[in-house]
Amino acid sequence: MNQTIALAPVRKSVRVSAPPRRAFEVFTAGIGRWWPKSHHIGASDLDTHVIEPKNGGRWFERGVDGVECEIGKVLVWEPPSRLVLSWQLTPDWKYDAHLITEVEVRFLPDGTNATRVELEHRNLERFGPRADAMRQQIDSPDGWGALLQLFAQAAEQ
Amino acid sequence: MTYTSHALKALTALGDPTRRLVFERVAAHPSSVGELAQRLPVSRPAVSQHLRVLKDAGLVGDRPEGTRRVYYIDPHGLGAIRKWLDQFWDVALEAYAEEVKQTEDKRR
Repeated sequence: MNQTIALAPVRKSVRVSAPPRRAFEVFTAGIGRWWPKSHHIGASDLDTHVIEPKNGGRWFERGVDGVECEIGKVLVWEPPSRLVLSWQLTPDWKYDAHLITEVEVRFLPDGTNATRVELEHRNLERFGPRADAMRQQIDSPDGWGALLQLFAQAAEQ
Repeated sequence: MTYTSHALKALTALGDPTRRLVFERVAAHPSSVGELAQRLPVSRPAVSQHLRVLKDAGLVGDRPEGTRRVYYIDPHGLGAIRKWLDQFWDVALEAYAEEVKQTEDKRR
């Protein structure tokens, strides 16, 4: 069985009250101001997040101890309409140069002074060791989606 | 283990509010039992017990790190990972939208 196991991307959208140029700016230059402080890789508490404003730029976090931890890179830098980042953290929160999942963010004008921000986090199947994913697929060919629904119900209780 | 018993275990594991807190904390940052007990209103033995159930349900994994054991989202549980990212981006984008609003308010 050599079929690739695909996992549906996570898709989100949010409407923000600023034109695309400023929405893009807050998302990138301002990421240190909105990234949830509770989510970090380093051993110490989170100080800030940085996305370098260019193709190939680094995306990293800096702890209050000054230690920088890589998260990914800027794959596409197209202000003010499109941004693609690589997310290279393994499920146990280690940076892995060989793991590349993509986060694409689109900034679409919505009226005169608002932006619809669409986010897609894809290639999620690359998170799991392929062998395990395949074993899981063999064990329960269509079971995982149903299990996800159970998760969703449990989480909403 | 059959699929049904696996699903039932995961569902039961996340049904307990305290255990869900432990799971969310581990999802936010890989942690040891001591770190979790420090940040949550739960004793160390209780945290250990919750982690055992979560591990048994395939929701978290653990690895030795020096003298302690660190718990993280089970890399074999792709569904759990997707669920975590889904929730994560909800929280992150909400915070982002709020930041845009505050930035715009300051400009006015």
